[in-house]
Amino acid sequence: MNNKVTDNNSTRPDTDGLGLVKTKYFNFAEPPDHLVLESGAKLGPITLAYETYGTLSALKDNAVLILHALSGDAHAAGWHEGDKKPGWWDNMIGPGKAFDTDKYFIICSNVLGGCKGSTGPSSPNPSKSKPFGLDFPMITILDMVKAQKTLIDHLGIEKLLSVSGGSMGGMQALQWVRSFPEMVRSAIPIAAGLKHSPQQIAFNEVGRQAIMSDLEWKNGDYYGSASPKRGLAIARMIGHITYMSDTSMEQKFSRKLKNGNYSFSFHPDFEVEGYLHYQGDDFVKRFDANSYLYISKAIDYFDLSESNALVVNSREENVRFLVISFKSDWLYPPYQSVGIVRKLKAGSVDASYCEIDSSYGHDAFLIEVKEETSLVKHFLNRIYREVGDER
Amino acid sequence: MKDKLIKPDHKIIFDIIKKGSRVLDLGCGDGELLQNLVMAKKVKAEGIELNEENIYSCIEKGLSVYHRDIENGLQDQPDNAFDYVILNQIIQEIKNMEFLLNETFRVGKKAIIGFPNFAYIEARFDLFFKGLAPVTPSLPYQWYNSPNIHFGSLKDFKAYCADKNIKIIEAYYLGEKNIVKFLPNIFAMNGIFLVEKGPAK
Repeated sequence: MNNKVTDNNSTRPDTDGLGLVKTKYFNFAEPPDHLVLESGAKLGPITLAYETYGTLSALKDNAVLILHALSGDAHAAGWHEGDKKPGWWDNMIGPGKAFDTDKYFIICSNVLGGCKGSTGPSSPNPSKSKPFGLDFPMITILDMVKAQKTLIDHLGIEKLLSVSGGSMGGMQALQWVRSFPEMVRSAIPIAAGLKHSPQQIAFNEVGRQAIMSDLEWKNGDYYGSASPKRGLAIARMIGHITYMSDTSMEQKFSRKLKNGNYSFSFHPDFEVEGYLHYQGDDFVKRFDANSYLYISKAIDYFDLSESNALVVNSREENVRFLVISFKSDWLYPPYQSVGIVRKLKAGSVDASYCEIDSSYGHDAFLIEVKEETSLVKHFLNRIYREVGDER
Repeated sequence: MKDKLIKPDHKIIFDIIKKGSRVLDLGCGDGELLQNLVMAKKVKAEGIELNEENIYSCIEKGLSVYHRDIENGLQDQPDNAFDYVILNQIIQEIKNMEFLLNETFRVGKKAIIGFPNFAYIEARFDLFFKGLAPVTPSLPYQWYNSPNIHFGSLKDFKAYCADKNIKIIEAYYLGEKNIVKFLPNIFAMNGIFLVEKGPAK
Protein backbone atom coordinates (compact mmCIF):
# COMPACT_ATOMS: atom_id res chain seq x y z
CA MET A 1 0.00 0.00 0.00
CA ASN A 2 1.03 3.54 -0.11
CA ASN A 3 -0.99 6.67 0.25
CA LYS A 4 0.50 10.08 0.38
CA VAL A 5 1.11 11.49 3.81
CA THR A 6 -0.99 14.56 4.07
CA ASP A 7 0.59 16.11 7.16
CA ASN A 8 3.95 16.77 5.58
CA ASN A 9 2.80 17.87 2.19
CA SER A 10 2.55 21.39 1.06
CA THR A 11 1.27 22.53 -2.28
CA ARG A 12 4.56 23.60 -3.78
CA PRO A 13 8.10 22.30 -3.95
CA ASP A 14 9.96 22.63 -0.67
CA THR A 15 13.16 24.58 -0.61
CA ASP A 16 15.16 21.98 1.34
CA GLY A 17 14.12 18.99 -0.77
CA LEU A 18 15.05 17.68 -4.19
CA GLY A 19 13.01 20.16 -6.18
CA LEU A 20 11.81 19.08 -9.61
CA VAL A 21 12.60 15.53 -10.71
CA LYS A 22 11.82 13.54 -13.84
CA THR A 23 10.92 9.93 -14.51
CA LYS A 24 13.23 8.01 -16.84
CA TYR A 25 12.55 4.85 -18.82
CA PHE A 26 14.68 1.77 -19.38
CA ASN A 27 13.82 -0.72 -22.13
CA PHE A 28 15.12 -4.27 -22.19
CA ALA A 29 14.18 -7.93 -22.80
CA GLU A 30 13.74 -7.25 -26.49
CA PRO A 31 12.77 -10.57 -28.10
CA PRO A 32 14.33 -13.07 -28.47
CA ASP A 33 15.97 -12.08 -25.14
CA HIS A 34 12.73 -12.30 -23.17
CA LEU A 35 12.62 -12.19 -19.42
CA VAL A 36 11.67 -15.69 -18.28
CA LEU A 37 9.22 -15.32 -15.44
CA GLU A 38 8.87 -17.52 -12.38
CA SER A 39 5.74 -19.05 -13.90
CA GLY A 40 7.76 -20.10 -16.94
CA ALA A 41 6.09 -17.54 -19.19
CA LYS A 42 8.24 -15.20 -21.26
CA LEU A 43 7.83 -11.43 -21.35
CA GLY A 44 9.44 -8.81 -23.55
CA PRO A 45 10.12 -6.14 -24.47
CA ILE A 46 9.88 -4.60 -21.01
CA THR A 47 9.98 -0.98 -19.92
CA LEU A 48 10.79 0.06 -16.37
CA ALA A 49 10.01 3.59 -15.24
CA TYR A 50 12.55 4.82 -12.72
CA GLU A 51 13.84 7.89 -10.99
CA THR A 52 17.21 8.63 -9.47
CA TYR A 53 18.25 11.24 -6.91
CA GLY A 54 21.73 12.28 -5.86
CA THR A 55 24.97 11.39 -7.61
CA LEU A 56 26.52 8.00 -8.21
CA SER A 57 30.05 8.02 -6.81
CA ALA A 58 33.04 7.32 -9.04
CA LEU A 59 33.40 3.92 -7.35
CA LYS A 60 29.66 3.31 -7.78
CA ASP A 61 29.46 2.21 -4.16
CA ASN A 62 26.79 4.58 -2.84
CA ALA A 63 23.67 3.33 -4.61
CA VAL A 64 20.52 2.62 -2.62
CA LEU A 65 17.52 0.98 -4.24
CA ILE A 66 14.14 2.05 -2.86
CA LEU A 67 11.28 -0.40 -3.39
CA HIS A 68 7.68 0.70 -3.41
CA ALA A 69 4.52 -0.86 -1.99
CA LEU A 70 1.37 -2.13 -3.74
CA SER A 71 0.13 1.20 -5.07
CA GLY A 72 3.43 3.06 -5.25
CA ASP A 73 5.49 4.15 -8.22
CA ALA A 74 8.94 5.27 -9.32
CA HIS A 75 8.29 8.81 -8.08
CA ALA A 76 9.57 8.35 -4.56
CA ALA A 77 10.80 11.88 -3.90
CA GLY A 78 10.97 15.40 -5.26
CA TRP A 79 8.31 17.10 -7.33
CA HIS A 80 6.90 16.63 -10.79
CA GLU A 81 6.06 19.75 -12.74
CA GLY A 82 2.63 21.01 -11.70
CA ASP A 83 2.02 18.39 -8.99
CA LYS A 84 0.38 19.24 -5.69
CA LYS A 85 2.27 16.58 -3.76
CA PRO A 86 5.87 15.37 -3.78
CA GLY A 87 6.90 11.71 -4.24
CA TRP A 88 5.52 9.10 -1.87
CA TRP A 89 8.58 8.92 0.42
CA ASP A 90 9.79 12.49 0.00
CA ASN A 91 10.04 12.98 3.75
CA MET A 92 12.64 10.17 3.86
CA ILE A 93 14.61 10.87 0.66
CA GLY A 94 16.49 14.11 -0.01
CA PRO A 95 19.41 16.27 1.09
CA GLY A 96 20.15 15.54 4.77
CA LYS A 97 17.20 13.17 5.08
CA ALA A 98 17.26 9.48 6.07
CA PHE A 99 18.25 8.44 2.57
CA ASP A 100 20.60 11.37 2.20
CA THR A 101 20.95 12.39 -1.43
CA ASP A 102 24.06 14.42 -0.54
CA LYS A 103 25.76 11.10 0.20
CA TYR A 104 23.87 8.41 -1.66
CA PHE A 105 22.59 7.74 -5.14
CA ILE A 106 18.96 6.75 -4.73
CA ILE A 107 17.09 4.68 -7.32
CA CYS A 108 13.41 3.82 -7.36
CA SER A 109 11.62 1.98 -10.15
CA ASN A 110 7.98 1.19 -10.77
CA VAL A 111 7.48 -2.57 -10.43
CA LEU A 112 6.91 -4.92 -13.30
CA GLY A 113 3.14 -5.29 -13.59
CA GLY A 114 2.59 -1.71 -12.46
CA CYS A 115 0.71 1.05 -14.23
CA LYS A 116 3.01 4.02 -13.68
CA GLY A 117 5.26 3.72 -16.69
CA SER A 118 6.52 0.16 -16.29
CA THR A 119 5.24 -2.72 -18.38
CA GLY A 120 2.03 -4.11 -16.96
CA PRO A 121 -1.43 -5.34 -17.96
CA SER A 122 -2.39 -1.87 -19.24
CA SER A 123 0.64 -1.71 -21.58
CA PRO A 124 0.23 -2.44 -25.30
CA ASN A 125 0.47 -6.13 -26.08
CA PRO A 126 3.01 -6.38 -28.93
CA SER A 127 1.29 -9.45 -30.38
CA LYS A 128 -2.08 -7.73 -30.55
CA SER A 129 -3.04 -4.18 -31.26
CA LYS A 130 -4.45 -3.52 -27.79
CA PRO A 131 -3.38 -3.58 -24.13
CA PHE A 132 -2.52 -6.92 -22.52
CA GLY A 133 -5.39 -7.17 -20.06
CA LEU A 134 -5.44 -10.75 -18.80
CA ASP A 135 -3.01 -11.82 -21.55
CA PHE A 136 -0.36 -10.29 -19.30
CA PRO A 137 1.51 -13.16 -17.63
CA MET A 138 1.25 -13.68 -13.87
CA ILE A 139 4.17 -12.07 -12.09
CA THR A 140 5.84 -12.60 -8.74
CA ILE A 141 8.01 -10.57 -6.39
CA LEU A 142 10.98 -12.48 -7.84
CA ASP A 143 10.05 -11.30 -11.34
CA MET A 144 9.87 -7.70 -10.13
CA VAL A 145 13.32 -8.07 -8.59
CA LYS A 146 14.79 -9.70 -11.70
CA ALA A 147 13.59 -6.74 -13.75
CA GLN A 148 15.11 -4.31 -11.24
CA LYS A 149 18.37 -6.25 -11.38
CA THR A 150 18.54 -5.64 -15.13
CA LEU A 151 18.10 -1.93 -14.47
CA ILE A 152 20.83 -1.94 -11.82
CA ASP A 153 23.17 -3.76 -14.25
CA HIS A 154 22.31 -1.17 -16.89
CA LEU A 155 23.28 1.61 -14.48
CA GLY A 156 26.67 -0.08 -14.08
CA ILE A 157 26.23 -0.80 -10.37
CA GLU A 158 27.78 -4.06 -9.21
CA LYS A 159 26.82 -3.83 -5.57
CA LEU A 160 24.01 -1.84 -3.97
CA LEU A 161 24.77 -0.20 -0.65
CA SER A 162 21.25 -0.99 0.48
CA VAL A 163 17.81 -2.12 -0.63
CA SER A 164 14.88 -0.76 1.34
CA GLY A 165 11.13 -0.47 1.31
CA GLY A 166 7.97 -0.89 3.33
CA SER A 167 5.25 -3.52 2.97
CA MET A 168 5.62 -5.04 -0.52
CA GLY A 169 8.78 -2.95 -0.79
CA GLY A 170 10.14 -4.88 2.19
CA MET A 171 9.32 -8.15 0.45
CA GLN A 172 11.27 -7.04 -2.62
CA ALA A 173 14.20 -6.13 -0.35
CA LEU A 174 14.14 -9.65 1.11
CA GLN A 175 13.85 -11.15 -2.37
CA TRP A 176 16.88 -9.17 -3.48
CA VAL A 177 18.92 -10.73 -0.68
CA ARG A 178 17.53 -14.15 -1.51
CA SER A 179 18.21 -13.93 -5.23
CA PHE A 180 21.20 -11.62 -5.61
CA PRO A 181 23.02 -11.56 -2.25
CA GLU A 182 26.33 -10.73 -3.94
CA MET A 183 24.81 -7.48 -5.22
CA VAL A 184 23.54 -6.22 -1.86
CA ARG A 185 25.45 -4.94 1.17
CA SER A 186 22.49 -4.26 3.39
CA ALA A 187 18.72 -4.50 3.50
CA ILE A 188 16.08 -2.49 5.36
CA PRO A 189 12.73 -4.29 5.20
CA ILE A 190 10.04 -2.24 6.94
CA ALA A 191 6.60 -3.55 8.04
CA ALA A 192 7.06 -6.75 6.06
CA GLY A 193 7.36 -10.47 6.66
CA LEU A 194 8.87 -13.66 5.23
CA LYS A 195 5.58 -14.72 3.69
CA HIS A 196 2.04 -13.55 3.17
CA SER A 197 -0.25 -14.93 5.87
CA PRO A 198 -3.76 -16.31 5.31
CA GLN A 199 -5.25 -13.11 6.78
CA GLN A 200 -3.23 -10.98 4.37
CA ILE A 201 -4.15 -13.20 1.43
CA ALA A 202 -7.79 -13.04 2.51
CA PHE A 203 -7.90 -9.24 2.41
CA ASN A 204 -6.22 -9.22 -0.99
CA GLU A 205 -8.70 -11.76 -2.31
CA VAL A 206 -11.66 -9.67 -1.17
CA GLY A 207 -10.11 -6.71 -2.99
CA ARG A 208 -9.65 -8.74 -6.14
CA GLN A 209 -13.19 -10.09 -5.97
CA ALA A 210 -14.51 -6.54 -5.64
CA ILE A 211 -12.75 -5.64 -8.91
CA MET A 212 -13.70 -8.81 -10.75
CA SER A 213 -17.35 -8.55 -9.66
CA ASP A 214 -17.61 -5.13 -11.26
CA LEU A 215 -19.47 -5.59 -14.55
CA GLU A 216 -17.16 -3.04 -16.17
CA TRP A 217 -14.19 -5.30 -15.52
CA LYS A 218 -15.13 -7.54 -18.50
CA ASN A 219 -12.49 -10.18 -17.82
CA GLY A 220 -9.85 -7.47 -17.78
CA ASP A 221 -10.67 -6.31 -21.30
CA TYR A 222 -12.00 -2.88 -20.40
CA TYR A 223 -9.35 -0.62 -21.93
CA GLY A 224 -10.84 1.98 -24.21
CA SER A 225 -14.20 1.80 -22.44
CA ALA A 226 -15.47 2.36 -18.89
CA SER A 227 -13.15 0.85 -16.29
CA PRO A 228 -14.21 -1.11 -13.17
CA LYS A 229 -14.08 1.98 -10.98
CA ARG A 230 -16.49 0.82 -8.29
CA GLY A 231 -14.70 -2.47 -7.81
CA LEU A 232 -11.27 -0.86 -7.63
CA ALA A 233 -12.55 1.83 -5.25
CA ILE A 234 -13.96 -0.84 -2.92
CA ALA A 235 -10.66 -2.75 -3.05
CA ARG A 236 -8.89 0.46 -2.06
CA MET A 237 -11.39 1.14 0.74
CA ILE A 238 -10.74 -2.31 2.20
CA GLY A 239 -7.03 -1.67 1.84
CA HIS A 240 -7.26 1.61 3.72
CA ILE A 241 -9.06 -0.02 6.64
CA THR A 242 -6.24 -2.54 6.95
CA TYR A 243 -3.59 0.21 6.78
CA MET A 244 -4.97 2.03 9.80
CA SER A 245 -5.54 0.87 13.38
CA ASP A 246 -8.46 1.01 15.77
CA THR A 247 -6.65 3.76 17.66
CA SER A 248 -5.68 5.82 14.62
CA MET A 249 -9.24 5.63 13.25
CA GLU A 250 -10.64 6.72 16.61
CA GLN A 251 -8.20 9.64 16.68
CA LYS A 252 -8.80 10.63 13.08
CA PHE A 253 -12.59 10.18 12.84
CA SER A 254 -14.12 9.09 16.11
CA ARG A 255 -17.88 9.05 15.34
CA LYS A 256 -17.77 12.53 13.81
CA LEU A 257 -20.56 13.25 11.36
CA LYS A 258 -20.10 14.89 7.98
CA ASN A 259 -23.18 17.08 8.28
CA GLY A 260 -23.86 17.16 11.99
CA ASN A 261 -26.96 14.99 11.85
CA TYR A 262 -27.94 11.46 10.96
CA SER A 263 -29.47 11.44 7.48
CA PHE A 264 -31.46 8.27 8.24
CA SER A 265 -30.44 6.99 4.86
CA PHE A 266 -27.52 5.06 3.37
CA HIS A 267 -25.66 8.19 2.41
CA PRO A 268 -22.34 8.37 4.19
CA ASP A 269 -23.09 10.05 7.52
CA PHE A 270 -19.82 9.42 9.28
CA GLU A 271 -16.51 11.06 8.46
CA VAL A 272 -14.85 7.68 8.26
CA GLU A 273 -17.27 6.73 5.49
CA GLY A 274 -16.54 9.95 3.63
CA TYR A 275 -12.83 9.34 4.00
CA LEU A 276 -13.04 5.84 2.55
CA HIS A 277 -15.17 7.05 -0.36
CA TYR A 278 -12.72 9.83 -1.06
CA GLN A 279 -9.72 7.47 -0.94
CA GLY A 280 -11.48 4.98 -3.19
CA ASP A 281 -12.53 7.57 -5.75
CA ASP A 282 -9.13 9.25 -5.71
CA PHE A 283 -7.37 5.93 -6.26
CA VAL A 284 -9.26 4.97 -9.41
CA LYS A 285 -8.01 8.16 -11.06
CA ARG A 286 -4.43 7.03 -10.72
CA PHE A 287 -4.42 3.25 -10.70
CA ASP A 288 -5.27 0.44 -13.09
CA ALA A 289 -7.60 -2.28 -11.79
CA ASN A 290 -5.74 -5.08 -13.57
CA SER A 291 -2.43 -3.93 -12.10
CA TYR A 292 -4.08 -4.14 -8.68
CA LEU A 293 -5.06 -7.75 -9.41
CA TYR A 294 -1.62 -8.76 -10.68
CA ILE A 295 0.42 -7.04 -8.00
CA SER A 296 -1.77 -8.18 -5.11
CA LYS A 297 -1.49 -11.76 -6.39
CA ALA A 298 2.29 -11.41 -6.63
CA ILE A 299 2.30 -10.37 -2.97
CA ASP A 300 0.19 -13.40 -2.03
CA TYR A 301 2.63 -15.75 -3.77
CA PHE A 302 5.50 -14.36 -1.72
CA ASP A 303 7.04 -16.91 0.62
CA LEU A 304 10.67 -16.94 1.70
CA SER A 305 10.00 -18.88 4.87
CA GLU A 306 12.00 -21.91 3.76
CA SER A 307 15.02 -22.27 5.97
CA ASN A 308 18.10 -20.16 5.38
CA ALA A 309 16.67 -18.29 2.43
CA LEU A 310 18.42 -15.12 3.52
CA VAL A 311 21.66 -16.59 4.77
CA VAL A 312 24.84 -16.84 2.75
CA ASN A 313 27.51 -19.33 3.79
CA SER A 314 29.80 -17.22 5.86
CA ARG A 315 29.18 -14.45 8.33
CA GLU A 316 31.44 -12.04 6.47
CA GLU A 317 29.59 -12.37 3.19
CA ASN A 318 26.18 -11.97 4.71
CA VAL A 319 24.04 -8.95 4.01
CA ARG A 320 23.54 -6.67 7.02
CA PHE A 321 19.95 -6.08 8.06
CA LEU A 322 17.91 -3.40 9.74
CA VAL A 323 14.38 -4.69 10.30
CA ILE A 324 11.65 -2.27 11.40
CA SER A 325 8.06 -2.92 12.49
CA PHE A 326 5.26 -0.92 14.12
CA LYS A 327 3.44 -1.94 17.26
CA SER A 328 -0.09 -1.19 16.00
CA ASP A 329 0.40 -2.71 12.52
CA TRP A 330 -2.12 -5.55 12.50
CA LEU A 331 -1.85 -6.18 8.75
CA TYR A 332 1.89 -6.88 8.94
CA PRO A 333 2.22 -7.46 12.68
CA PRO A 334 5.58 -7.12 14.44
CA TYR A 335 5.78 -10.88 14.93
CA GLN A 336 6.27 -11.21 11.18
CA SER A 337 9.26 -8.88 11.28
CA VAL A 338 10.58 -10.78 14.29
CA GLY A 339 10.23 -13.89 12.09
CA ILE A 340 12.67 -12.32 9.64
CA VAL A 341 15.11 -11.46 12.42
CA ARG A 342 14.90 -14.94 13.94
CA LYS A 343 15.85 -16.51 10.62
CA LEU A 344 18.77 -14.13 10.34
CA LYS A 345 19.98 -14.65 13.90
CA ALA A 346 19.80 -18.41 13.49
CA GLY A 347 22.13 -18.03 10.53
CA SER A 348 24.44 -15.64 12.42
CA VAL A 349 23.52 -12.78 10.08
CA ASP A 350 24.15 -9.30 11.45
CA ALA A 351 20.65 -7.93 12.04
CA SER A 352 19.21 -5.06 14.05
CA TYR A 353 15.54 -4.82 14.89
CA CYS A 354 13.30 -2.08 16.19
CA GLU A 355 9.57 -2.19 16.89
CA ILE A 356 8.47 1.43 16.76
CA ASP A 357 5.73 2.30 19.23
CA SER A 358 3.29 3.83 16.77
CA SER A 359 -0.50 3.93 16.75
CA TYR A 360 -0.79 4.49 12.98
CA GLY A 361 -1.04 0.83 11.98
CA HIS A 362 0.54 -0.29 8.71
CA ASP A 363 0.48 3.31 7.42
CA ALA A 364 3.10 4.09 10.04
CA PHE A 365 5.93 3.33 7.63
CA LEU A 366 4.95 6.45 5.68
CA ILE A 367 4.27 8.53 8.80
CA GLU A 368 6.80 7.78 11.56
CA VAL A 369 9.51 9.71 9.76
CA LYS A 370 11.48 10.89 12.80
CA GLU A 371 12.02 7.40 14.21
CA GLU A 372 12.69 5.81 10.84
CA THR A 373 15.10 8.58 9.96
CA SER A 374 17.10 8.03 13.14
CA LEU A 375 17.37 4.31 12.46
CA VAL A 376 17.95 4.38 8.71
CA LYS A 377 20.38 7.27 8.68
CA HIS A 378 22.73 5.81 11.28
CA PHE A 379 22.44 2.29 9.93
CA LEU A 380 23.42 3.49 6.44
CA ASN A 381 26.26 5.56 7.93
CA ARG A 382 27.66 2.40 9.41
CA ILE A 383 27.28 0.36 6.22
CA TYR A 384 28.89 3.10 4.14
CA ARG A 385 31.72 3.37 6.66
CA GLU A 386 32.31 -0.38 6.35
CA VAL A 387 32.63 0.06 2.58
CA GLY A 388 35.34 2.66 3.23
CA ASP A 389 37.09 0.35 5.69
CA GLU A 390 37.29 -2.36 3.06
CA ARG A 391 39.30 -0.12 0.77
CA MET B 1 38.38 4.66 25.15
CA LYS B 2 38.17 7.32 27.83
CA ASP B 3 38.89 5.50 31.07
CA LYS B 4 37.69 8.36 33.22
CA LEU B 5 34.23 8.40 31.75
CA ILE B 6 33.55 4.72 31.88
CA LYS B 7 31.48 3.30 34.73
CA PRO B 8 33.45 1.10 37.19
CA ASP B 9 31.44 -2.02 36.38
CA HIS B 10 31.89 -1.35 32.67
CA LYS B 11 35.62 -0.99 33.22
CA ILE B 12 35.84 -4.41 34.86
CA ILE B 13 33.77 -6.07 32.14
CA PHE B 14 35.78 -4.26 29.48
CA ASP B 15 39.02 -5.59 30.94
CA ILE B 16 37.74 -9.16 31.13
CA ILE B 17 36.81 -9.38 27.45
CA LYS B 18 39.55 -10.44 25.05
CA LYS B 19 40.23 -8.68 21.77
CA GLY B 20 38.31 -9.82 18.72
CA SER B 21 35.87 -11.97 20.65
CA ARG B 22 32.15 -12.34 19.98
CA VAL B 23 30.05 -10.61 22.62
CA LEU B 24 26.32 -10.60 23.35
CA ASP B 25 25.12 -8.00 25.86
CA LEU B 26 21.71 -8.78 27.38
CA GLY B 27 20.00 -5.57 28.34
CA CYS B 28 22.69 -3.53 26.62
CA GLY B 29 21.07 -0.17 27.47
CA ASP B 30 22.28 2.69 25.31
CA GLY B 31 25.17 0.57 24.04
CA GLU B 32 27.99 2.48 25.75
CA LEU B 33 29.85 -0.64 26.89
CA LEU B 34 29.49 -2.40 23.55
CA GLN B 35 30.64 0.67 21.68
CA ASN B 36 33.78 0.86 23.79
CA LEU B 37 34.41 -2.83 23.18
CA VAL B 38 33.94 -2.47 19.43
CA MET B 39 36.19 0.56 19.19
CA ALA B 40 39.01 -0.54 21.48
CA LYS B 41 38.88 -4.32 21.24
CA LYS B 42 37.37 -4.94 17.82
CA VAL B 43 34.81 -7.33 19.25
CA LYS B 44 31.89 -8.60 17.19
CA ALA B 45 29.14 -7.10 19.29
CA GLU B 46 25.45 -7.69 19.53
CA GLY B 47 22.96 -6.30 22.02
CA ILE B 48 19.46 -7.18 23.10
CA GLU B 49 17.43 -4.39 24.63
CA LEU B 50 13.81 -3.80 25.56
CA ASN B 51 13.69 0.00 25.75
CA GLU B 52 12.90 1.65 22.41
CA GLU B 53 14.85 4.86 23.13
CA ASN B 54 17.92 2.76 23.83
CA ILE B 55 17.53 1.05 20.46
CA TYR B 56 17.92 4.42 18.72
CA SER B 57 21.02 5.16 20.82
CA CYS B 58 22.56 1.80 19.93
CA ILE B 59 21.88 2.19 16.20
CA GLU B 60 23.31 5.70 16.41
CA LYS B 61 26.50 4.16 17.79
CA GLY B 62 26.64 1.82 14.81
CA LEU B 63 25.79 -1.23 16.90
CA SER B 64 23.78 -4.26 16.00
CA VAL B 65 20.86 -4.42 18.43
CA TYR B 66 17.74 -6.53 18.79
CA HIS B 67 14.60 -4.92 20.27
CA ARG B 68 13.28 -7.78 22.35
CA ASP B 69 12.36 -8.99 25.83
CA ILE B 70 14.96 -11.42 27.13
CA GLU B 71 12.35 -12.96 29.41
CA ASN B 72 11.47 -14.97 26.31
CA GLY B 73 14.94 -16.45 26.29
CA LEU B 74 17.56 -16.41 23.59
CA GLN B 75 15.75 -18.80 21.30
CA ASP B 76 16.86 -16.92 18.20
CA GLN B 77 20.55 -17.23 18.92
CA PRO B 78 22.34 -20.36 17.72
CA ASP B 79 24.37 -22.56 20.09
CA ASN B 80 27.88 -21.41 20.98
CA ALA B 81 27.57 -18.22 18.95
CA PHE B 82 29.40 -16.05 21.48
CA ASP B 83 32.60 -16.06 23.50
CA TYR B 84 31.00 -13.90 26.18
CA VAL B 85 27.43 -13.17 27.17
CA ILE B 86 27.12 -10.12 29.42
CA LEU B 87 24.32 -10.01 32.00
CA ASN B 88 25.10 -6.81 33.83
CA GLN B 89 22.52 -5.66 36.36
CA ILE B 90 19.68 -7.73 34.98
CA ILE B 91 19.46 -11.11 36.71
CA GLN B 92 17.86 -9.55 39.77
CA GLU B 93 14.99 -8.37 37.53
CA ILE B 94 14.41 -11.47 35.41
CA LYS B 95 11.45 -13.63 36.34
CA ASN B 96 12.86 -16.88 35.09
CA MET B 97 16.50 -16.27 35.86
CA GLU B 98 17.50 -19.89 35.80
CA PHE B 99 16.03 -20.37 32.32
CA LEU B 100 17.93 -17.32 31.11
CA LEU B 101 21.19 -18.59 32.60
CA ASN B 102 20.73 -21.96 30.91
CA GLU B 103 20.11 -20.13 27.65
CA THR B 104 23.18 -18.01 28.28
CA PHE B 105 25.39 -21.08 28.60
CA ARG B 106 23.83 -22.56 25.48
CA VAL B 107 24.73 -19.58 23.28
CA GLY B 108 27.93 -18.44 25.01
CA LYS B 109 31.12 -20.05 26.22
CA LYS B 110 31.43 -17.72 29.18
CA ALA B 111 29.09 -15.39 30.99
CA ILE B 112 29.84 -12.15 32.79
CA ILE B 113 27.25 -11.64 35.48
CA GLY B 114 27.01 -8.46 37.53
CA PHE B 115 24.38 -7.81 40.19
CA PRO B 116 23.78 -5.84 43.39
CA ASN B 117 24.71 -7.45 46.70
CA PHE B 118 21.66 -7.61 48.89
CA ALA B 119 23.84 -8.36 51.92
CA TYR B 120 25.79 -5.09 51.60
CA ILE B 121 26.33 -3.53 55.02
CA GLU B 122 23.98 -0.61 54.46
CA ALA B 123 21.25 -3.01 53.37
CA ARG B 124 21.84 -5.08 56.47
CA PHE B 125 21.67 -1.94 58.57
CA ASP B 126 18.38 -0.80 57.01
CA LEU B 127 16.83 -4.16 57.56
CA PHE B 128 18.28 -5.07 60.95
CA PHE B 129 18.27 -1.80 62.83
CA LYS B 130 15.74 0.33 61.00
CA GLY B 131 13.40 -2.48 60.09
CA LEU B 132 13.10 -1.02 56.58
CA ALA B 133 13.53 -2.57 53.15
CA PRO B 134 17.06 -1.65 52.09
CA VAL B 135 17.79 1.36 49.92
CA THR B 136 21.44 1.63 48.88
CA PRO B 137 23.33 3.10 45.91
CA SER B 138 23.17 -0.30 44.19
CA LEU B 139 19.61 -0.94 45.38
CA PRO B 140 18.23 2.55 44.82
CA TYR B 141 14.54 1.69 44.72
CA GLN B 142 11.79 1.81 47.30
CA TRP B 143 10.07 -1.45 48.20
CA TYR B 144 7.00 -0.49 46.19
CA ASN B 145 8.65 0.51 42.93
CA SER B 146 11.66 -1.76 42.73
CA PRO B 147 12.08 -3.77 39.52
CA ASN B 148 14.19 -6.22 41.51
CA ILE B 149 12.50 -9.51 42.22
CA HIS B 150 15.47 -11.67 43.26
CA PHE B 151 17.31 -10.50 46.35
CA GLY B 152 20.54 -12.44 46.33
CA SER B 153 23.85 -11.80 48.01
CA LEU B 154 27.31 -12.53 46.67
CA LYS B 155 27.36 -15.57 48.94
CA ASP B 156 23.99 -16.73 47.57
CA PHE B 157 25.35 -16.53 44.05
CA LYS B 158 28.46 -18.53 44.90
CA ALA B 159 26.34 -21.21 46.54
CA TYR B 160 24.09 -21.24 43.51
CA CYS B 161 27.06 -21.70 41.18
CA ALA B 162 28.42 -24.55 43.27
CA ASP B 163 25.03 -26.20 43.29
CA LYS B 164 24.47 -25.80 39.53
CA ASN B 165 27.96 -26.80 38.46
CA ILE B 166 28.83 -23.30 37.29
CA LYS B 167 32.54 -22.54 37.54
CA ILE B 168 33.52 -19.10 38.77
CA ILE B 169 36.65 -18.12 36.85
CA GLU B 170 37.04 -14.61 38.17
CA ALA B 171 35.18 -12.54 40.75
CA TYR B 172 35.24 -8.77 41.29
CA TYR B 173 33.66 -6.89 44.16
CA LEU B 174 32.81 -3.23 43.93
CA GLY B 175 32.26 -0.61 46.56
CA GLU B 176 30.98 2.82 45.69
CA LYS B 177 34.10 3.70 43.73
CA ASN B 178 36.69 1.14 44.76
CA ILE B 179 37.39 -2.56 44.51
CA VAL B 180 36.54 -4.38 47.75
CA LYS B 181 38.88 -7.10 48.90
CA PHE B 182 37.90 -7.48 52.56
CA LEU B 183 34.68 -9.37 53.43
CA PRO B 184 32.99 -8.57 50.11
CA ASN B 185 29.64 -10.05 51.08
CA ILE B 186 29.46 -7.30 53.70
CA PHE B 187 31.35 -4.43 52.10
CA ALA B 188 30.70 -4.79 48.35
CA MET B 189 27.67 -3.23 46.71
CA ASN B 190 28.03 -5.11 43.47
CA GLY B 191 29.67 -8.30 42.33
CA ILE B 192 30.83 -9.18 38.83
CA PHE B 193 31.57 -12.80 38.03
CA LEU B 194 33.16 -14.38 35.01
CA VAL B 195 31.67 -17.85 34.90
CA GLU B 196 31.36 -20.87 32.67
CA LYS B 197 29.39 -24.06 32.80
CA GLY B 198 31.43 -26.78 34.49
CA PRO B 199 31.90 -30.21 32.93
CA ALA B 200 28.84 -32.43 33.42
CA LYS B 201 29.10 -34.37 36.64
